[in-house]
Amino acid sequence: MSTPLAHSTRAHAERQPVFSAERVRADFPILAREVNGHPLVYLDSAASAQQPRAVLEAIDHYATTMHANVHRGVHTLSQQATAAFEGARERVRRFINARSCREIVFTRGTTEAINLVAQSWGGMHLKAGDEVLITHLEHHANIVPWQMACAAHGARLLAAPLTPQGGLDLDGFRALLSERTRMIAVAHVSNALGSVLPVAEIVALARQRGIAVLLDGAQAIAHRHVDVSALDCDFYTFSGHKVYGPTGIGVLYGRESLLAAMPPWQGGGDMILTVAIDSSSYNDLPWKFEAGTPNISGAIGLGAALDYLEALGPEAVHRHEQQLLAEATVALQTVPGLRLVGTTADKTGVLSFTLDGVHPHDIGTLLDAEGVAIRTGHHCAMPAMTYFGLVATARASLGCYNTGADIGRLVAALLKVREVFG
Amino acid sequence: MDTRELYRDVILDHNRSPRNFGRLDPADGAALGHNPLCGDSLSVTLRVRDQNLSELRFNGQGCAISMASASLMSEAVTGKSLDEIAALYHDVHELLTDRQYAPQRPLGKLMALAGVREFPARVKCASLCWHTLNAALAQRTAPAPPTVSTE
Repeated sequence: MSTPLAHSTRAHAERQPVFSAERVRADFPILAREVNGHPLVYLDSAASAQQPRAVLEAIDHYATTMHANVHRGVHTLSQQATAAFEGARERVRRFINARSCREIVFTRGTTEAINLVAQSWGGMHLKAGDEVLITHLEHHANIVPWQMACAAHGARLLAAPLTPQGGLDLDGFRALLSERTRMIAVAHVSNALGSVLPVAEIVALARQRGIAVLLDGAQAIAHRHVDVSALDCDFYTFSGHKVYGPTGIGVLYGRESLLAAMPPWQGGGDMILTVAIDSSSYNDLPWKFEAGTPNISGAIGLGAALDYLEALGPEAVHRHEQQLLAEATVALQTVPGLRLVGTTADKTGVLSFTLDGVHPHDIGTLLDAEGVAIRTGHHCAMPAMTYFGLVATARASLGCYNTGADIGRLVAALLKVREVFG
Repeated sequence: MDTRELYRDVILDHNRSPRNFGRLDPADGAALGHNPLCGDSLSVTLRVRDQNLSELRFNGQGCAISMASASLMSEAVTGKSLDEIAALYHDVHELLTDRQYAPQRPLGKLMALAGVREFPARVKCASLCWHTLNAALAQRTAPAPPTVSTE
């Protein structure tokens, strides 16, 4: 297996050889393919990042040498599968600096993690008249679960305003806090615009008032240093496939004291200690929240993805993406009629834009014909689009494997769109 | 994949200058169509005289394919009998989805939509207006304007 050994100290990252996106590209087999007769330019990592060979090999190694159900058998395969699965949990714990593996719950993804909190925590804590505070730039996954929880318990959902640049209006946010606020659930990074939210300030405001905080980290985990102990949030969620891992696996980090007090979410095997027909006793953390056979290979793939990113050096990847973002921001503005949406000073490699007289879907189709993959539409953030008077945008998003040449191809393809539409 | 097949001159022209754009008030039938994939929506209002569609207006925003398709549809169905429109609906559906389809009747400018079938992700853009037209015709006797979806 070519999975690099795990190193988590920053000192190690600084000893890495100079970051080379060209060398990184060679680690991602899919980047060698052609699309519509052109070499693929993949600029949709915010929707789903590609997987390096190390992840594919880790999954293959698991499936071909040790697949069995976990936490059940006394046979060798089951023990090895359990060790690999729980090893992946420890890998996640170290990556986000949680205090204990009891705080790391595997889920299907960010969406499931937020639903778990909204239903289990919400069922215990939300009462009539209470308020949940989100923002106008949330992904639907951090809106709809709270709408459902609020409707179930008679609570109210409030959304904080944004700045014209697409960041959080912190004063407006503060003004919506009250003694009725029970939960603050906000994105660490906006998926539609790339804006980084002031999460340290948000958590501090929550702590002063005894309000619980959930951070949706789906768009942050691959691009920002995430340390849940330093952040001091109560819940942090992310998905494997946004951080170069597989789909169908995600993580809920929860403060142990909160998770311990919360009721189980789904019932079934693995989340119990004993079952009788009239009652059951529940398993310890984190398994209390993991009913049924988990996504074992997904968790192992996620662990390998975190190993991979750590070996590249998250700091080096961050610098590379920021440099490319600056380059792309300048280059895109040479396209006549192009307007960037989301221009905060602190943002990840997300370039959301509109083109005068051309609907984003037409941009998407014409770019695809040139082998350039971007996302077009409302990005599962319809309230954010509405906030800026838009129905949709085109969105190019960067990953560790993108290069200046990719940006050149994007701009050239956009100039072709201009030609077709005049 | 040739995008010139999709973005033919007729399509680009109808996108730039949509015909019969607007709203009829009062109308005999009205419906709102919605494409959850992109969030686009389209309204159709129409008037019927003696089993003939006498007037139609559409409104909304969307991609070039959906705007042009609605504009072409508005021209094609105006003045036609409801039976003729039902047949046309069937023909257009086949035209958008079946590569082997050879129309039995002349479809005129609607043939500009033939390129859509090479782009499966865009079929819903072209068919949204037709679903909405059907809903508006069905609504003529119903109390509240219905909302249709491409899903």
